[in-house]
Amino acid sequence: MINLIGTVAITAAWLGAASLAVLGLTAGFRRSEPLLRGAKYAAGFVFASMVAAVGAMEYALLTHDFSVEYVAQVGSLETPPYYTAISLWSSLEGSILFWGFILASYTAVVVWVQRRSHSRLLPFALGTLGVVGMFFYGLVATVANPFGVVSPVPANGPGPNPLLQNHPLMGLHPPLLYLGYVGLAVPFAFAIAALLSGKVDEEWIRTIRRWTITPWAFLSLGIVAGAWWSYEVLGWGGYWAWDPVENASFLPWLTATAFLHSVMVQERRGMLKTWNLTLIIGTFLLSLFGTFLTRSGVLDSVHAFTEGFIGPLFLGFIVFITLISLTLIAWRADRLHSPGTLDGVVSRESSFILNNLLFAAFTFTVLLGTTFPLIIEAINGDRISVGPPYFNMVSVPLGLLLLFLMGVGPALPWRRTSGEKLRRTFLPPVLAGVAAAGLAFVLGIRAVYPLITFAFAAFVMTTIVEEFAKGIGARRRISNVGPLRALGQLLVRNNRRYGGYIVHVGIVVIVVALSISGTWRFEREATLNRGQEMVIGHYTLRFDSVSAWREPHRDVVAATFSARRGDTDVGTVVPSTNFYRQDARASEPIATPAVRSFIDEDLYLTLMSFDPSGAHATVRVIVNPGVPWLWIGGMIIGLGAILSVAPQRRSALVRMVTARSEGS
Amino acid sequence: MRGRWRWLLPLSAIPFLALLGFGLTRNPQFFPTPLIGQPAPVWTLQALDGDSLSLEELKDKVVVLNFWASWCIPCRAEHPVLMQAARTWPDEDVAIIGMVYDDTERNAERFLARMGNDWRHMLDPGSRTAIDYGVHGVPETFFVGRGGVVAYKHIGPLTWDVMKTKIDSLLAVPR
Repeated sequence: MINLIGTVAITAAWLGAASLAVLGLTAGFRRSEPLLRGAKYAAGFVFASMVAAVGAMEYALLTHDFSVEYVAQVGSLETPPYYTAISLWSSLEGSILFWGFILASYTAVVVWVQRRSHSRLLPFALGTLGVVGMFFYGLVATVANPFGVVSPVPANGPGPNPLLQNHPLMGLHPPLLYLGYVGLAVPFAFAIAALLSGKVDEEWIRTIRRWTITPWAFLSLGIVAGAWWSYEVLGWGGYWAWDPVENASFLPWLTATAFLHSVMVQERRGMLKTWNLTLIIGTFLLSLFGTFLTRSGVLDSVHAFTEGFIGPLFLGFIVFITLISLTLIAWRADRLHSPGTLDGVVSRESSFILNNLLFAAFTFTVLLGTTFPLIIEAINGDRISVGPPYFNMVSVPLGLLLLFLMGVGPALPWRRTSGEKLRRTFLPPVLAGVAAAGLAFVLGIRAVYPLITFAFAAFVMTTIVEEFAKGIGARRRISNVGPLRALGQLLVRNNRRYGGYIVHVGIVVIVVALSISGTWRFEREATLNRGQEMVIGHYTLRFDSVSAWREPHRDVVAATFSARRGDTDVGTVVPSTNFYRQDARASEPIATPAVRSFIDEDLYLTLMSFDPSGAHATVRVIVNPGVPWLWIGGMIIGLGAILSVAPQRRSALVRMVTARSEGS
Repeated sequence: MRGRWRWLLPLSAIPFLALLGFGLTRNPQFFPTPLIGQPAPVWTLQALDGDSLSLEELKDKVVVLNFWASWCIPCRAEHPVLMQAARTWPDEDVAIIGMVYDDTERNAERFLARMGNDWRHMLDPGSRTAIDYGVHGVPETFFVGRGGVVAYKHIGPLTWDVMKTKIDSLLAVPR
């Protein structure tokens, strides 16, 4: 029964998307209101169908209906309900279904938010979303149909991949990432709309900015949550390995970040139109490329997700989208030619252009590193792999330059500036930077990159503080309120700008944490008898006991260690090894590290092996300084992003005043 | 970016797309295994029907060693291929051997009763044989030529094409 409901819902979604595509594009070319209204209904219909499809799948999962192929693949009676519910995205078919569901939701939200818009862009954008939707719903309806019938009905299933049911963050990381990836289809659709209508105006900029920041924020949080997940689950004490799949999420993030900056240049100065369109289209292509990488097994040779026609079909879609959109850009290039030119070499726009060049270079080096094994194999058949040394070598300098620009750009005025002004603005931040590096040097830090990082971080933070101080001062002069009140007003009324600064604070926190954890992490592995102690850094660990218990879906063996930090007792730390049952991978136990976080660092324990009688255990202990601040930085980014997409509430007066205080 | 040069933009994407296309032509299921070309790890195991069998006894035949489990969905999908193989080649040329992987006897028997059973299945307590063969998951299938040397390994569900080409090529080797 569920098989039928699901398949019907998916087919309905595909038909809805096909009508959305036809109605939207025709409405765009003919400028027809009734057709646009039809397209909006089609978008609503697609959304309703996808809600039904995902609802049916969740129902099947939670009721363990093993006649549904996907449930038979990833479900099991023993898996706890939470992991059963989120196993929607634990395997190929389910995750494409989920992809489609998010796309339908975004499309519906676009219709809702723009319901009063009479823009020429909207019908084209909806039509484009319809075309993208046709591909994904088509996949779900045919080659990746999760609703296939299994007969005879198995009594039980294997459960999801153990790694994907070992930590609650699995419920957060994939949805965030998908909300990012899929959401980038919306700015892409508006870019195509601009090309088709030949219209790139104020409204386009406003619309596309908002629709880029939202998925950008989800993507950022998704990346941080992914790093966190791998840190908490995989047990090697790291959070980023430059794995192709990680790079796949980082690439669109880089180009989207570049776009969010360069679109401001277009907003202010009317420049970079073609570049911006290329960037945002490239961003969506990279997000498709990311999905392709993770779903087709081209670079990643883990075999679970690779079968069938999905790879070739996906590639066909990427080819189609790439050629169509790049040809459209080439065709419209003349009309999009920008009138503006750079006035001063030292200006905000020039710093943004430099920022874009760096982001482009960053994207290129990561893309090159990711696809290099494929290039080499295409040329001479050798199989090689490109590892973290390459990526770290190229990304650290680029990242530091970007960090530096993050302090320079916002503090520079648009168009041009005078030497005197420059001195006044940059003296305090430069002093702060020099002081930070000097202090670090006095404290005994001799590593070059951390010293530069601290200097730049202090420099950027000081410029941000200056910006806030300037804003608060201006608000106090206008409305005669206290500083806190003024700060509140600043954040509410000029949320876009100050939200952006808060995001910058989050990035600075993350970069400093990366630098610290990358430089000063250390580890030891030891085999301890019961009651024996080991010392690592200023921690003392004592091995107390091994205990084992049975849970419905797994057997857990845990070792208890008592930890002291200096002279302070900090309680027990309990790393474990989990043995999942009913699964192909059951013979490989999954180690679950125990992480004890302090304000400055993490104590990270992985149980390597144990003696069943509890006489001794081997443990890997890692002291990870700075790591807690990665997650804190991620949350700051999230806050800043929420603030800057919140609807603007600016009276005409405020707009006038902020325009003045922005230094134009 | 004006004039004729602008058409370079779409053209520049073509090599990259071609590269991705090349990526798809490679077999992602190809895992180099050190076993290829080596004598297959020997075993003597108890079959599901109670008899005992060892790989030694099969050394004059082409052996298809298929690791499977009743809880494995792709194994259901490939089962008909094995059935057809069992019908196609006579027992004295090709021995198909199922290796029950991480499963209970009862579940395995129930699976076979439903899906059909024309060949022998070995029990592998503690997955010792699976470990000898370096099995990652199920289904995985090893093709062992006459004389007991591992010729191919296939990961994932078998297709008739794979089955036929591999067995034919092994049968073509003169005794």
